Amino acid sequence: MVEQSIGKSVLRKEDMRFITGKGQYTDDINLRGQTYGYFVRSPYAHADIGDIDVSAAAGMPGVIAVLTGKQVAEDEIGGLPCGWMIHSKDGSEMKQPHHPVMAGSKVNYVGEPVALVIADSFVEAKNAAEMVDVDYMERDAVVYAETAQSAPIIHEGISANTCYEWELGEKDATEAALASAAHVTNYEFTNNRLIPNAMEPRAAIADFNTATEDLTLYTTSQNPHLVRLIMTAFIQLAPEHKLRVIAPDVGGGFGSKIFVYSEETALAWASMKLGIPIKWTAERSESFLADAHGRDHVTTAHLAMDEEGHFLGLKVKTTANMGAYLSTFASSVPTYLYGTLLAGQYKTPNIYVEVDAVFTNTAPVDAYRGAGRPEATFLLERIVELAARETGRDPVELRRINMIQPSEFPYQTPVALEYDTGDYEASLNRALKMADYDTFGERKAASEAKGKLRGIGFSCYIEACGLAPSQVAGQLGAGVGLWESGEVRVNPTGSVTVLTGTHSHGQGHETTFAQLVASRFGISVDDVEVVHGDTGKLDFGLGTYGSRSLAVGGSALSKAADKVVEKGRLIAAHLLDTDADKIDFDDGEYRVRDSNQAKTFQEIAFAAYVPHDYPLEELEPGLAEKAFYDPGNFTYPAGTHICEVEIDPETGVVEIDRFIAVDDFGTVINPMIVEGQVHGGIAQGIGQALLEGCVYDETGQLQTGSYMDYCMPRADDLPSFAVGLTSTPCTHNPVGAKGCGEAGAIGSPPAVINAITDAIGVRDIPMPATPEKIWRAIASTTRSAA
Amino acid sequence: MYDFNYHKPSSIDEAVALFIDLEDAVYLAGGHTLLPSLKLRLAAPTDVIDLAGIPGLGDIDYAGDDLTIGALTAHDDVATSPVVQSVIPALSALAAGIGDAQVRNRGTIGGSVANSDPAADYPAAVLGLDATLVTNQRSIAVDEFFTGMFETVLEEGELLTAIRFPKPEAAAYVKYPNPASRYATVGVFIARTTKGVRVAITGAAPSVFRATEMEAALNVDFSENALAGISLDADMMNEDLHASAEYRAHLCTVMARRAVAQLS
Ligand SMILES: Cc1cc2nc3c(=O)[nH]c(=O)nc-3n(C[C@H](O)[C@H](O)[C@H](O)COP(=O)(O)OP(=O)(O)OC[C@H]3O[C@@H](n4cnc5c(N)ncnc54)[C@H](O)[C@@H]3O)c2cc1C
Repeated sequence: MVEQSIGKSVLRKEDMRFITGKGQYTDDINLRGQTYGYFVRSPYAHADIGDIDVSAAAGMPGVIAVLTGKQVAEDEIGGLPCGWMIHSKDGSEMKQPHHPVMAGSKVNYVGEPVALVIADSFVEAKNAAEMVDVDYMERDAVVYAETAQSAPIIHEGISANTCYEWELGEKDATEAALASAAHVTNYEFTNNRLIPNAMEPRAAIADFNTATEDLTLYTTSQNPHLVRLIMTAFIQLAPEHKLRVIAPDVGGGFGSKIFVYSEETALAWASMKLGIPIKWTAERSESFLADAHGRDHVTTAHLAMDEEGHFLGLKVKTTANMGAYLSTFASSVPTYLYGTLLAGQYKTPNIYVEVDAVFTNTAPVDAYRGAGRPEATFLLERIVELAARETGRDPVELRRINMIQPSEFPYQTPVALEYDTGDYEASLNRALKMADYDTFGERKAASEAKGKLRGIGFSCYIEACGLAPSQVAGQLGAGVGLWESGEVRVNPTGSVTVLTGTHSHGQGHETTFAQLVASRFGISVDDVEVVHGDTGKLDFGLGTYGSRSLAVGGSALSKAADKVVEKGRLIAAHLLDTDADKIDFDDGEYRVRDSNQAKTFQEIAFAAYVPHDYPLEELEPGLAEKAFYDPGNFTYPAGTHICEVEIDPETGVVEIDRFIAVDDFGTVINPMIVEGQVHGGIAQGIGQALLEGCVYDETGQLQTGSYMDYCMPRADDLPSFAVGLTSTPCTHNPVGAKGCGEAGAIGSPPAVINAITDAIGVRDIPMPATPEKIWRAIASTTRSAA
Repeated sequence: MYDFNYHKPSSIDEAVALFIDLEDAVYLAGGHTLLPSLKLRLAAPTDVIDLAGIPGLGDIDYAGDDLTIGALTAHDDVATSPVVQSVIPALSALAAGIGDAQVRNRGTIGGSVANSDPAADYPAAVLGLDATLVTNQRSIAVDEFFTGMFETVLEEGELLTAIRFPKPEAAAYVKYPNPASRYATVGVFIARTTKGVRVAITGAAPSVFRATEMEAALNVDFSENALAGISLDADMMNEDLHASAEYRAHLCTVMARRAVAQLS
């Protein structure tokens, strides 16, 4: 089984189904008697709702019902909760506005659902939706983070549109460090707002069984149990044991499918009300308007250094745009997933960060691939770059002299985290080699000879994954535990069914988890089936986000597999008539030490289920074990990204000549899958840096509401990435894994911007760094040189 | 998409007759502009007349120094046609740069030209090559054809049947694509013909136009240098999220220089 063991690039078991179009996504499921829902959405960013006249719509062909936000309010359903309590500096709780399932009296962003039309077909529902007559009285819209706090109030009782004013770190010490520093670098910038754009749009089918009063919800979720918990405990739609949530194949999430949204909640409510199954699948335009967006920070930062370039202090003030309401985990993103990461790979002794979260009349903003950590990394790796340039230091050397050294772990940062392990210079050195950094000067000269500008940019990132030690998360305000469950069921023939509370929506868990378990038992990955995404089949689980699945879910499975091995050992001892401690288990065989007596894993499984010769007095039959794993700490993947660009000064067009990523993800089960995750992440990071930018105009209308205007990265925008790995296994989980799903999107944007600004000789260029912005920046440098 | 009636006539006359008879009809060629606008409910015709059943509209002929391309010829056919590649390689290269493989296999030259999208590629070639637009009722010189954004002189129901391109001495097209849509933010088509140099620019302004100042300069001195001092008026340029008028005006000169470089 060597070729399938841990560390081997086993081909993805799920790919044949996906690439031949045989995946079963929510929209592929059709229930008997299924009806279709279509949402009427607000065309205004900010308006009071007067009357809603549904009579014309209700009379349209095929229409079964038209339900409005006013009925949601009458039925007292919702609102949608935010699962993370943040406390302001003054100790007060964050302000959480009521987030209605559908707006009844006031709309707060373009695209907010106001009514749900249910009809026999999609087209009939959509036709009728156009006939719903909503009386809007428009108000001035509040759109941008910069001005939100001095703008008209969106939610009654929430002054200055401010959700919280949070802080972390030592203010006085940091300010003292700044005051006494030999050099202070200042940086003001915006981390651009992004729209997630999973390939599969969100969809749901709610199916209420009037006989049993069971509600089944098929939904495009990254965490079906969380959906069930929120819908039952918080929205109080149905009792938890009567709600089954199924997330079948899901085509990408990037965070946007973590959350519990209006649409599936309204659908569930409507199905219970009407006693019929209802399907809704978002059109792409709806995805742009109503999926939770990402990023959107405005930040000012100051980095203090001594004469030798050692970092003394970092002071940060960020305003984070939350959008109109708090989405499910929105509050945690610019706080505990951001401020805590501001030490990066460096020994900065004093750090102080303040974050004001503000409401605006835009779609809610929540976790998007990296969630807070890309924002922290961008800040840090840009300001470190600027500090190097301002003080005439080599940007690599400045990073190097400030890096935490391998001997210094565990390392307590001034922003709450304790890093368990790492070797940052190992990744840096490897990346420099792969980038041929030594000969960069020659390539730059060659570019100049062709009239092109060449630049190189570095980014040494760290992130915190493996969410999360439940007690720590609880102390920080999390509303849920963040352990994971796993079950390993050995079938009588020795094949294995693995159940996990994590969820795969592109990550390849069906292969990685199979590999993890198969290699443990010495069986083939083809003999392991991974089951996820169905609350009716699985123990409670917390789902997939924050690069947690292998580190936390895999650890649960590893522990469950241990239990199976141990029980098998007892059975083997009985069958081989010896003591359990004399039996070794290796490569699928229980072998009596120093003898040739052995039983195969399959024989043991069979004996467990056909217990004719079995120690029934001491041991239960069967071979299936569960484990719940709560991590002892976060995991800390880290690495170095290097980007080299060539720019056409006449047009400002950037060509990424090479992109190198060397990451330390700890133990790697399947390098091919990890590399794929890194590729996707880098593509998204380059997308953020060069191409993607969500734009609202000042009235709150979305300007980038289709692919004609929202620019996604495409294969021909990107070079072939060079990806390498180093490894310091995680010290506190049994797999040694750290997580790899977000690193690409976290590390890459500052590398790209550092490369561009290096090439054209400017301090900064805002993301997305479009050709026109670059062309203008070049023009400004030639003007100032003239 | 709202419901509509679908027709598939088998001759030009039948198509035109249907158009006149029906309440609010529209011709369907490749559908790559029409179908998205139907799906987004921006258009709601009562009737759709599919041109795909009319024989001969997809032919490519070269005779007497004229290259004639049927209105229903798909972009991919123009891109890969050995005849087009040898007579006007710039035209096949332009077609190869439209959209993606799916678009090129459905979208048609007639649909593109009839639609007169300010960011479409073909109008630059049609105007730059001094083509003649052949319809069911007349032949139209291209200098009269494009009248504005999504506007041409085609009358209600008038069916474009073919486009006739005189063979140029040489031609080149250089496009600066919109990074999101990949349509032309600015596309410059330059042709050297027996009657002089023609420079047609798409993407930059509400409609494709001839850059007469550039033509005059190139007629005197066909070199990149001749264009160096020419900057087009930003006031006549389009402006959107992706490119300001000023940037577009700048790109016109840069792309024109690059097209000349290809021809020098
Ligand atoms: C994803 C995508 C990317 C694209 N990228 C590009 C690009 O990079 N560059 C570019 O130039 N174009 C691009 N296009 C447009 C495409 O190439 C077609 O040129 C365009 O859709 C029009 O051609 P059609 O055959 O699809 O016309 P249709 O959509 O069928 O028709 C368009 C209009 O023209 C009318 N019409 C069609 N044929 C005739 C005729 N013979 N006589 C009279 N009226 C007629 C129709 O009634 C309709 O009003 C893109 C389209 C898509 C969907």
